Order: sequence, then C-alpha cells, then structure tokens
Amino acid sequence: MIRVLLVAAFSLLLLAPALSPSDFYVNVATQILIAAIFALSLNLLVGYGGLISLGHAVYLGVSAYLTIWLVTRAGLSHLPAAVAAVVLTTAMSLLFGILALRATGLGFLMITLALGQILWGLAYRWVSVTGGDNGLSGFQRPQPFGIDLASPRTFYLMTVAVFACAFVLIAVLVRSTFGAGLRGVRDQPRRMQALGWHVWMVRLVAFVAAGFWGAVAGVLYAYYNQFVSPHVLALTNSAEALLMVIAGGAGTLLGPVVGAVVVVMLKNVVSAYVTRWVMLLGLVFVAIVAFMPEGLVPGIDRLRRRRRPAGTT
Amino acid sequence: MRFWVIQSLNGLALGGLLFLLSSGFSLIFGLMRVANLSHGAYFMLGAYVGLSVLNAGYGFWTAVVAGALTIAILGGVIERVLLRRLAGRTFSQVLVTLGIAFIIADSSLLVWSGDPMPLPVPRGLMGAVPVFGVFFPKYRLAVVGISIVTAVALWALLERTRLGAMIRAGVDDMEMARALGIPVPRLFTAVFCLGAALAGMGGVLGGPILSVYPGLDMDMLPLALIVLILGGPGSLPGAFAGSFFIGFLYTFGQALFPQLAYVILFLPMVAALVLRPKGLFGARAA
Amino acid sequence: MSRHVFGLAVLLAVLPARAAEKEPVRVGFLTVNSGALAAGGRQMGEGLTLYLKEHGNKLAGRSIEVVTLDTAGQPATTRTRTQEAVERYKVHVIIGPLAAFEALAINDYVKQVKVPVISPSAAAEDLTQRSPNPWFVRAVGSSAQPNQPFGEYAAKTLKYKRIATIGDDFAFGHETTAGFQRAFEDSGGKVVQKQWAPLNVADYGSYVAGIKPDVDAIYASFAGANGLRFLRQYAEYGLKVPVLGNMTTVDEGILKNMGDEALGVVSCGWYSAAIDTPANRKFVEAFRAAHSADPGYYSAGAYTAAMFLDLALQKVHGKVEDKDAFMKALRSLDVQDSFRGPMRIDERGNPVLTVYIRKVERKDGRLQNTVVQTYPGVSQFWKYDPKTFLAQPVYSRDNPKASNLEP
Repeated sequence: MIRVLLVAAFSLLLLAPALSPSDFYVNVATQILIAAIFALSLNLLVGYGGLISLGHAVYLGVSAYLTIWLVTRAGLSHLPAAVAAVVLTTAMSLLFGILALRATGLGFLMITLALGQILWGLAYRWVSVTGGDNGLSGFQRPQPFGIDLASPRTFYLMTVAVFACAFVLIAVLVRSTFGAGLRGVRDQPRRMQALGWHVWMVRLVAFVAAGFWGAVAGVLYAYYNQFVSPHVLALTNSAEALLMVIAGGAGTLLGPVVGAVVVVMLKNVVSAYVTRWVMLLGLVFVAIVAFMPEGLVPGIDRLRRRRRPAGTT
Repeated sequence: MRFWVIQSLNGLALGGLLFLLSSGFSLIFGLMRVANLSHGAYFMLGAYVGLSVLNAGYGFWTAVVAGALTIAILGGVIERVLLRRLAGRTFSQVLVTLGIAFIIADSSLLVWSGDPMPLPVPRGLMGAVPVFGVFFPKYRLAVVGISIVTAVALWALLERTRLGAMIRAGVDDMEMARALGIPVPRLFTAVFCLGAALAGMGGVLGGPILSVYPGLDMDMLPLALIVLILGGPGSLPGAFAGSFFIGFLYTFGQALFPQLAYVILFLPMVAALVLRPKGLFGARAA
Repeated sequence: MSRHVFGLAVLLAVLPARAAEKEPVRVGFLTVNSGALAAGGRQMGEGLTLYLKEHGNKLAGRSIEVVTLDTAGQPATTRTRTQEAVERYKVHVIIGPLAAFEALAINDYVKQVKVPVISPSAAAEDLTQRSPNPWFVRAVGSSAQPNQPFGEYAAKTLKYKRIATIGDDFAFGHETTAGFQRAFEDSGGKVVQKQWAPLNVADYGSYVAGIKPDVDAIYASFAGANGLRFLRQYAEYGLKVPVLGNMTTVDEGILKNMGDEALGVVSCGWYSAAIDTPANRKFVEAFRAAHSADPGYYSAGAYTAAMFLDLALQKVHGKVEDKDAFMKALRSLDVQDSFRGPMRIDERGNPVLTVYIRKVERKDGRLQNTVVQTYPGVSQFWKYDPKTFLAQPVYSRDNPKASNLEP
C-alpha cells in the first residue's frame, strides 16, 4: 500500500512541473531529469560496482556529438541518428570498459580520466568534425508523430517518459541476480570468483550498461541544448556527475536522482540569488559528508528510522 | 643539437615542478589511502598566499615559507575536522575533497579578484645563463635544484628519522603499525600537514613560471594524479622518477608531435596503464 | 507558446502606450562570475555599470533594470540562464554573453524567441558572417577584424618579411592568426612557422624554445591568462625577437599585472585605453576613478554595448517593446563620435570601426597601449570583397593555407 502511494506521489511530483506557469521551471525540471538519468547510469559503476570513474562525461558527450553530427552534417533523420548515437556510444563504452577494467581502484579512475581527457582534446582539436570550441549548432528538435518537441512542456513530458523507463529498467537490473552479483563483486571479489562468478565480465557488463544509459542521457542533452561543444566532455562535467551520485547516496536507486536535484537546482536556480554559488555547492558537499557521510537518501532514511523506532508503524 | 639540449632542460624543469606538486599528493595517498582531490586547490592557494606575502613587501623565500605554512595549517585542520572520520570511506573522501576544492577556488576569486597574476622571479635568479651552449632561464634551473634538494630531504626524513620509520611502517602495513603502538592518528595529521605544505610550497615556487590564475587548480590536479599512478602511490622514488618522466614526455611530445599536443599526456598514459595497471615505477602500488 | 503570444498581444492592445513607457527596460546581463573566465566577467560588469551610472540609470527616459546572470562559462548553463532571462524575467534585451562558444550555444534559441542580443565580447567570425542572426549585434570587432590591417601594417610599415606565429589552440586563436596571416602574406610577408599550444598547457617552455630564432618577429594570439603567462616565459628565455600580438595578448585587463616583459609589444585592437581623444580621456578617467584600473577589452566592450542600447532606445523613443523597430534601430546605428571613434553597424550586425595599432610603453609608472597608428572605417571584411570573403570557409587553423612554412 505504502509502495503504491509512494509511486503515485513520485509520479505526481514528476508531472507537477508541467503545470508550472513559467517555461523556465519546466526547463529546469527537464535538466534535472537529464542529469538524473546521467547520474543513475554512473551509479551503476560507482555505487553498485564500486568503480569510481572520473570520465563518465565521455558517454553523454560523445552521444550528444553523434546525435547532432549525424543529423546536421551527415543528413540522417532524427530517429536513426539517435539510435546510431546510442549504439555507437555503447560500442565505445565496451572498448573503453575493456581498457579501463585492466585495473580497479585508482588505476581504473586514472584510465577513465585519461580517456575523458583524450576525447576532450580531440573535440577541441578535430575541428573539421567537431567544430572545435565553437561546437555544433543548427540542430532542431524532432517532431515525432506530429508532436512538437520544441515546446518545453511536451519535451519535458518526453523526458519524463525516458526517465521513467531508465529508472525502472535500472531498478530491475540492480535487483536482478546480476545486480546481486555486481554488489557481491564490489564487496567480495575473491569470494564471488570462488562462487563461480566471472568478476571481470560482471564489471564489464555494468560498464557497458552505464555507457548505454549515459548515451541515452546524451541524446536528451543534445535535443535539449541543440548545441554541443567540448565543454560537455570536460573533467568538471565528469566530476559533477560523480558528486551527484555520492551526495545523493551511491548504491541507492533514489540517491543519484536526489543528487541531480541538488546540483542542478544550486547551479540553475540558487545561483540567481547567491553570487558565490560554487562556494555554496562546496559547502553543501562538506555538510553532507559531515552529517550524512553515506549520502542524502540513506542519511535521511537513517534519521527517519531513528525518530520512529522499528515496530511503531 | 641545440633542440635536444634545450628541450631536455625544459623537460627537467617541468619535471622538477611536477615533483613539487605531486610528492605531497603521493605521500598522503600512500599512507592514508586518501586521494586528496583538493591538492590542485592547495597548490593554487599556496601561490596566492605567496603572492600576497610578496605584495606586502616580504622576500620571495619568506613567501615560499608562508605559502607552505599556511597550507600546512589548513591541511591539518581539514584532516582533523573532516578527513579523520572518513578512513576507508572513499566516496565521502571524494565528495569532501572536491567540495573543499570548490570552496577554495571560489574564495580565491573573491579575495584575489580572478585576474591572472605572475609571481616575480626572485632577484638573484632573473635572466638566462648559458648551459651546454644554450641560454636557459636561471630560475628554472633553480627549480630543478630545489626539487632535488626536496627529494633528498624527504628521503632522509623517511629513511633516517623515527617519524620516517613510522610512516614507512604505516605505508607497508597499517594494521601492523597500529599493533606496534605507532600513534596512527597523530601520524596521519603530521603526514597530511607535510603533504599540504609541499603543495603550498610548490605553488609559490611554480608561480614565477606558471603564474596564478583561476583554473590553475584543475589544470594541476590531473598532472598530480598522473605522477601518482605512474610512480606508484606512496613511493618517493616513484614520484621522483614519474615526475621527470612526465616532464620529458610532455616537453618532447609537444615539440615533436605538435598535432597531438592536446592528448600527448593521456594517450601514452592509457597505453601505460593498460599494459601495466599498477604503474610504471611503483612497487607498492595498490 | 501560442498562449504567451496571445497574452502579449492582449497586453500590448490593452495597455496604453504611456503606461508601457513607465515600466523599466529590463536588460539581461549574461556574464561569468565563477570559474576561469570570471575576471573577464567582472570587467564586463564594471563597464556596463559605469555607463548606466553616468546616465543616472535612465536611458531614453526609461529607467533600466539589469538582471545579472552567471553563465559560469559553460554553454549549457548559458542556455539555461538565457531562458531564465527571457522566460522568467521577460527581459527586453540581452547584453552578453562573454565567450564565443556561449554566444553560439544560444544563437538558435535567440532566433527562435526573437530577443535582441548586444554582444559585449563574443568575437566568433561567423556570428556576423556565414550564419548571421538578425537579432544579434556586436559591440566589439570580429576576431580577425583588427588583425587584418595589422598584417598589412607588419609587412608595409614595420617591413617584416618572415614571421612565426604562436597562439591558443582554439577558435579565437585560429581566427585572429588567420586574419593576420592572410593580410600579412597578401602584403608580401611570409608566415614561416605556426605553433599552437593547448589551452590548458602547463608550460610554454618547449614552444618558446621551438621558435625559429631567425624570424623578424613573432605574432602571438592568446586570450585570458595565457598572454601574460606566455610573455613571461618568453622573456625568461632571453629571446630578443620582437613580439606582435592580438588585442587580448596585452589587454589592459592583464597588462596591469605585467612587467617589463610586455614592453615594446606591438598589437592591434578596436580599442586602447590610451586613445588620445577627449571622449576617451573622459571615459578612462571615469573608469579609473570607479575601479582604479584601465578599461580593456571586456570593460570597453560592455560599455559600448550599453551605449548601443542607449542610442537604439533613443531612436525608438524608448519603445523597446516594439522589437522589430528596436532591432532595426540597433542594426542601423551610425555613431559619429564615440570614445572608440566613429562606428557604424554593417548589414550583418558587425560594427565598421577604427582599428588601433598599439605599442606597450611605460608612462607615469604604468604600462599602457600607446596608439602608434589608426585605421579608420575598417569592416570585418577588410579590403576584401564581402562576397568572395563569405564564399570561403571561415578562418581556422588551416585556412588560409600556410604555404610558406619552413621545416
């Protein structure tokens, strides 16, 4: 019963922005959801796989570049371009996964960071394809089945739909046997190996799944911004996603979503009132670590449970 | 011939600078298993503090000491108040050290206006001197010298003192060190202060070459990470060799393959890590 | 969307014109307050504030309400901020953003919502060339605009024959260098070496060491902190080859923190704080009094943008609500006398302006860009035919081709 109520409340929350009188809040909500999908994808690696990546912006960025490039430069129509962008980016994540999973821990972090920096440099340097730092523009949102996605509201509703898919499918994935295996590999790799799990393969599958959902977020990013430039591949973008995951609660389903809400709101709404919003963001992170080191979602959970001891419900 | 001499000297100078940047980073990671992602910010803040001390009319070497001390104190406070409670919690460490980096970067904008500012070369070290038939900036040679002196001093500290013995014991086996009665918490604070002091000192010493500007922190952090991973965490000789290796790679890579300048560091990095995931020089890598 | 248009139509129909005039003109000021570009953002703010203050915060009889928005120097954030300005604050006009890639990131959106943009800084050539935007007017020169006459000056007046170039490896560096190279080579000079340094390069040592020692001069095209860093390191190596620069290499905004290494650098620009006219002396004195620094690229750009806003508002008698008329006024501005000399907006939204050749000198204990030559009435196409100019691809790292490179 409570579960049904929660789902209903959650859905209402998702649909509420569409009723906002100002397009601005609709657009902020859209950005939150795109960031949330991106953070959810990274959470597969970081939270469930225990592999800290500092190069996840690559999948969002490459997919966004491909989406826009395939339409504006190669003349593809929207659907094949989006599908190709996701497929190609996912294939790239398979390759990068094979490279990065040569190591774990710091080595893994370093390889992902290095791959990210290489693609960032490539985006700056390969001007004939990427447009250099002037980026790629002149990209229009599609009109599938006569629905005009140029309108912020319809675009938001489409983003909600994609987000819901991503959330449910990722939830199913982490609750499956595979998800249990992934967590097992994170906590007890040796034991899992002894139990017959192929540790490396489990991690690779998680890596590719993360790449896939990152690519999906990238397509939405491309549609939303209608512009892409090397900044999307910058280290700061990867770090921001990582911070969303950890701040919200790594290894929880809602954590990355909450993290995305916090970061996007600070960046896009609070910054209108607080000039030094970057400092505020830093302070928020420090405060989270000081008071809820496990992240906001598990932290609030803990506080709630303490206030209402088990059995009283 | 001229090309090889001058670019070798450039590689040396950059290597020296990188060692000053990354030795503290490596030391902290080696002992505490904390990837201190504020390290670039410490470096930048050290340079800013040095600049203010210089502007107040003090000499360059006073500025170096002031930069090192300020950052050491800051690092000590952060370690005591925040990091201490986070042993083994990698996620929280990432969050808090990046959060601190944000705070430092944004406060620096507030205090030092965001205008790029050079630190003056100390009086006696201005100009260029002939070395093997080419003219090379004196100050850069001095940086190489200082980094070697620093390396030797650190080596002596680690190998020849009681504190060093405790640090080595801690790097090798934390549980054993605890069992032997080594005061691990105090040791951690000491090492974190030392690592932070090295970053602050590096910032001031790097200032005359790099200048100080917003974004210096995030330009430096990946370099420190690279040296750490190449050299092997906690290994002083590794950090030393790694720094100079990167210095040469960067310098010659840019000069010989200018088209690849944007990726010249990271392309070989990926190759090296894929082939040797535990670092090129490190014996004790994680 | 349609509801909004309807709402606006009702509003315009119902409200008498006089009531509309009493409302302040809302200006969205897109700037950078955080991150690496914050210094430029601050300087833009200083220029804008000064102009408004000088006019009692009232232009063409209407008070001005500035909404300042921080883009953080990121394209995605710039877009959000622009949407915020348009959708939440309903601004009448936008001044900003700072970087070219930011302006490009919002270009399509601006066309879509039809909001006038006065650019105080973004210099990318194609913003007013191959993909012009009818809602966009530039208050500064295009990237290459001052560099084309400068190329001719280097060849004909300075009599340089062989030049090596070095610059930031991004669009602004490419475009400024390309303009210089084209005009220099068309005037008989040869660019014999081109070096590009990544934006985040740790050290220019290996580039400085790689400069051909036997060239007549080097041409440096840097932006932000990099001009200061490069000149510093160049001087460290004791090189004696003269340095030419684009406007931002020795911009007043960083010149104040430079030392002897900048002395003698000859550069080009659409402004110098040392322009010796009454109008400019007045501006510079007021600016110094307010901010105890000389105005440079960003401050002069934003001050000009505010001036353009003022002049266009006057032309339409403050009726900024009539967007088409306001835009028409903006796009046909013809300023006879400004602190930068005469300026006229061309049919693509870029000013035809005076280009100044400047030389860094020390005067009264501080460095300044002394004007050594002026080129009045310079268009973004210089002496080239606009049609053939636009038929070629935009200036880039490899265009025009450098056919005189020596190994």
